Amino acid sequence: MRLSACTFAVLLGGSSLSAFPAAARADTTLTIATVNNGDMVVMQKLSPEFERTHPGIHLNWVVLEENVLRQRVTTDIATRAGQFDIMTIGNYEVPIWSKQNWLHPITPAAGYDADDLIKPVRQGLTYKGKLYALPFYAESAMTYYRTDLFKHAGLTMPAAPTYQQIREFADKINDPSHQIYGMCLRGKPGWGENIAYFTSLLNTFGGQWFDMTWHPMLDSKPWHAAVNYYDGILKADGPPGATSNGFNENLALFASGHCGMWIDSTVASGLLYDKKQSQVSDTVGFAPIPKGPYGRGPTWLWSWNLAIPASSKQIDAAESFVTWATSKEYIALVAKQNGWVAVPPGTRASTYANPEYQKAAPFASFVEKAIETADPNGQTAGPRPYRGAQFVDIPQFQAIGTQVGQTLAGTLSGQQSVDLALHAAQASTTRTMRQSGYLK
Amino acid sequence: MSTTIATPTPGRRFARKTSRSGVTLPLIAPAVVILLIWSIVPLVMTLWYSFQHYNLVDPTQTGFAGFDNYQYLLTDPDFWSSLINTLILVGGVLLITVCGGTLLAVLYDQDFFGRGVARLLVIAPFFVMPTVSALVWKNLMLHPIYGVVSSLLRGVGITPVDWFSQVPLLTVVGIVSWEWLPFAVLILLTAVQSLDHEQREAARMDGAGAIASFFYITLPHLRRAIGVVVMIEMIFLLTIFAEIIVTTSGGPGVATTNLAFLIYARALLQFDVGGGSAGGVIAIILANIVAFFLVRSFARNLEV
Amino acid sequence: MRPSIAKKIAIALLGWGIAIVMFFPIFWMFITGFKSEVDAVSTPPHLFFHPTLQSYAEVQSRANYWLFAMNSVIISVGGTVLALLLAIPAAYVMAFFPTHRTRGTLLWMLSTKMLPPVGVLIPIYLILRATGLLDTRTGLVLIYMLMNLPIVVWMLFTFFKEVPREILEAGRMDGAGRMGELRHVLMPLSLPGIASTGLLSLILCWNEAFWSLNLTSSRAAPLTAFIASFSSPEGLFFAKLSAASTLAVAPILIFGWLSQRQLVRGLTFGAVK
Repeated sequence: MRLSACTFAVLLGGSSLSAFPAAARADTTLTIATVNNGDMVVMQKLSPEFERTHPGIHLNWVVLEENVLRQRVTTDIATRAGQFDIMTIGNYEVPIWSKQNWLHPITPAAGYDADDLIKPVRQGLTYKGKLYALPFYAESAMTYYRTDLFKHAGLTMPAAPTYQQIREFADKINDPSHQIYGMCLRGKPGWGENIAYFTSLLNTFGGQWFDMTWHPMLDSKPWHAAVNYYDGILKADGPPGATSNGFNENLALFASGHCGMWIDSTVASGLLYDKKQSQVSDTVGFAPIPKGPYGRGPTWLWSWNLAIPASSKQIDAAESFVTWATSKEYIALVAKQNGWVAVPPGTRASTYANPEYQKAAPFASFVEKAIETADPNGQTAGPRPYRGAQFVDIPQFQAIGTQVGQTLAGTLSGQQSVDLALHAAQASTTRTMRQSGYLK
Repeated sequence: MSTTIATPTPGRRFARKTSRSGVTLPLIAPAVVILLIWSIVPLVMTLWYSFQHYNLVDPTQTGFAGFDNYQYLLTDPDFWSSLINTLILVGGVLLITVCGGTLLAVLYDQDFFGRGVARLLVIAPFFVMPTVSALVWKNLMLHPIYGVVSSLLRGVGITPVDWFSQVPLLTVVGIVSWEWLPFAVLILLTAVQSLDHEQREAARMDGAGAIASFFYITLPHLRRAIGVVVMIEMIFLLTIFAEIIVTTSGGPGVATTNLAFLIYARALLQFDVGGGSAGGVIAIILANIVAFFLVRSFARNLEV
Repeated sequence: MRPSIAKKIAIALLGWGIAIVMFFPIFWMFITGFKSEVDAVSTPPHLFFHPTLQSYAEVQSRANYWLFAMNSVIISVGGTVLALLLAIPAAYVMAFFPTHRTRGTLLWMLSTKMLPPVGVLIPIYLILRATGLLDTRTGLVLIYMLMNLPIVVWMLFTFFKEVPREILEAGRMDGAGRMGELRHVLMPLSLPGIASTGLLSLILCWNEAFWSLNLTSSRAAPLTAFIASFSSPEGLFFAKLSAASTLAVAPILIFGWLSQRQLVRGLTFGAVK
């Protein structure tokens, strides 16, 4: 037993010693949690530049896929565990979390030029007049299509397409025998995946999630119409396996030439035009997001932002990194390293004013306009008690959205009829709303 | 722990046993005590939370919840379908791995060229992380456009099956079976090899055919090994999670939501600690019921 | 009675055919890691292509593989050794000095394994936070030890029961104490069993992906966390995913192959005989 007791002690001692390598140093080490999207990977690669210009600050990266990231940072911040000094979060979380006093407000120095941040994006990160996160990139939504396929089929994309026209186009260019599918849309269940797209579709079909008394409206007419449209176009013209395709999967499909059209985030434009990442860079065309019967409605706005949890013990150092990574200088650095087409889009007016960016990115002014005019607080067909275009700004929405997302995937794979599915979704959403105290 | 109460019993044999038991306590105590703490502390916390309104992302919900969390869970139609899915998942994988494992064990017991290497290849999937297996199957094998399987199907003129949306649960059963079949082969092969060759020769002399000798000699001999396979696999299959979240996230609909995934959805998607805890408590109760029956029917290994 | 040549060939073909089918996904993952991203998604898939180390370089430049691998080794070995140290005495007592409660204790231990870990994540997270063990190897070593203890105890128990009592009795006659009996008689006798239990526990620790993902962030993150940063990124990712997966799986696969004989020997000795 003596032997084993020793081993035990050595093992425990050894591992706990090695567990705190940073504690011995006087320097600051920042732990940054981020999502494994292309732009963040670039940030990680360029970060030695930050460490060079800020001696004494070391960076520790935790790069995770979106779902894992979200569950990690939420658990961490809600239990005030303080494992991260900087978190990458969406504009969905920022207002909810700042309301809980979980985030540290950020006051950037004058040189940062916070007024340069595009207005709707900045507004989404402001709570009671203070900025609680800085935007790393921002997006709205648009329609991508293949100009060669359209030409071949004798079609022209109108300047402001409607969903009805889109369906006709999709039917015409769909060519499954050559593995070219008329329309790719998000089908992967999740509040940030199929529900993000679907909610924007729903808005323009005149639907909404809740009425003014927080009663769910999932069995209403616009919901039926929107689901039928969504299922109809994907079943007829969508790629096989649509229920496993999220943004990333569709991007891969479009970039490898399997999609005729794709309606999704504007951030894909930079990737689709990049010859290194796309086989269709010469033939990709773009148009605004289509309009449905209602025509108006709140419009898509999403941003990935860097925020500092209030539990961080190195707020100053964290602030210097957050402002560095979202600054004009950082954008210029990316441009120098990877070309202007690869800079993180959507955050700064100065990026779009730059002639070099306009030259490298033919979609620039188009995207800028989409983001500038994005109105996540726009009017739905009926009055609504919540904000957000492709989400509902209450903490419960992650759960509700993901569950309804599953139901939607169930109708798409043909496991359930639309009527039954929406009925069930209405019931489950009502349950959740009742359980969380919105409904009595 | 189990030896603390030493009832004085008359008779030399028993007396000796009792005196022994006293000294065994320090040996067994560390494991039992630590396991007790491990299962009791979180259990008590889980029990406590299961009666609380506690949502990580909505701190406004607080206070005693009574049986709300339980009622909410038990009246959820998804809960019952998740139980059925758990059952299908466990049963399906057990059926495939035990039957397949037995047949493969007999096959790889035969002598043939390169048998050693072939065996290594067969057991390889057991060493692969569940997350990686799921990712590989989802993206490289079964992807309806790029997947190897789809290409093969297309090659012979069949429209590729969209596995994860058309037959989701079956596909998950298939992937999990791929991971656990090697384990069954490993154990059953060992058992087959320990079967006396003379015994088999004798059977053959008596004129028993290959099939008869399989059923009357090999299979009875494997009973205990099969018990081990069922027991170990059962423990892991009841909590299958990685394969589901990577491939289908429990869908489409709730087609592949098992109990473990349902609790995950409550606890980490909804961040409803109260509801998740109630699910945890119910899972513990079910686990104990399963363990009870499991041991009654299979685990002669547990007889003491 | 010798089997005919035709039958032998049929068996060999079947044996090899099944082996190849079972191994194919792993082989394909390995191959895809050497493709360019564009080759990796070409339809139909190319069996012949221009191999490149590009994906490996990319993976390594984004996450230092060696750090993660090191954590995996330390945590798996630590958890396994600790579990064995605790389980051997316990299993010894259960096997040789059973009481009417032994069966119940074993059962209860096994049932703790059937609880989905996510059900107790928040309590465990809070405990680790309070003790400062979040994102430490010590924390994970303890969790893994606890996670595998039931299985380890149970397997050792079945192995120990196979050891004839008389041998132990004989040892005791020579004046060996209980610890001596355990160390000098029982352990050498059941070494193959202990080894195969340890191997199994090691494999389970290495492949565990729930606790390791949720309780670590950077300093103690093992290979399962490494995989999570490549599993579903933007753009084409099959080649990078395959390269990262190969890196994560290779050590344990090679280790498993090398120790396969020990694994099997232990199993023959105990549980399945």
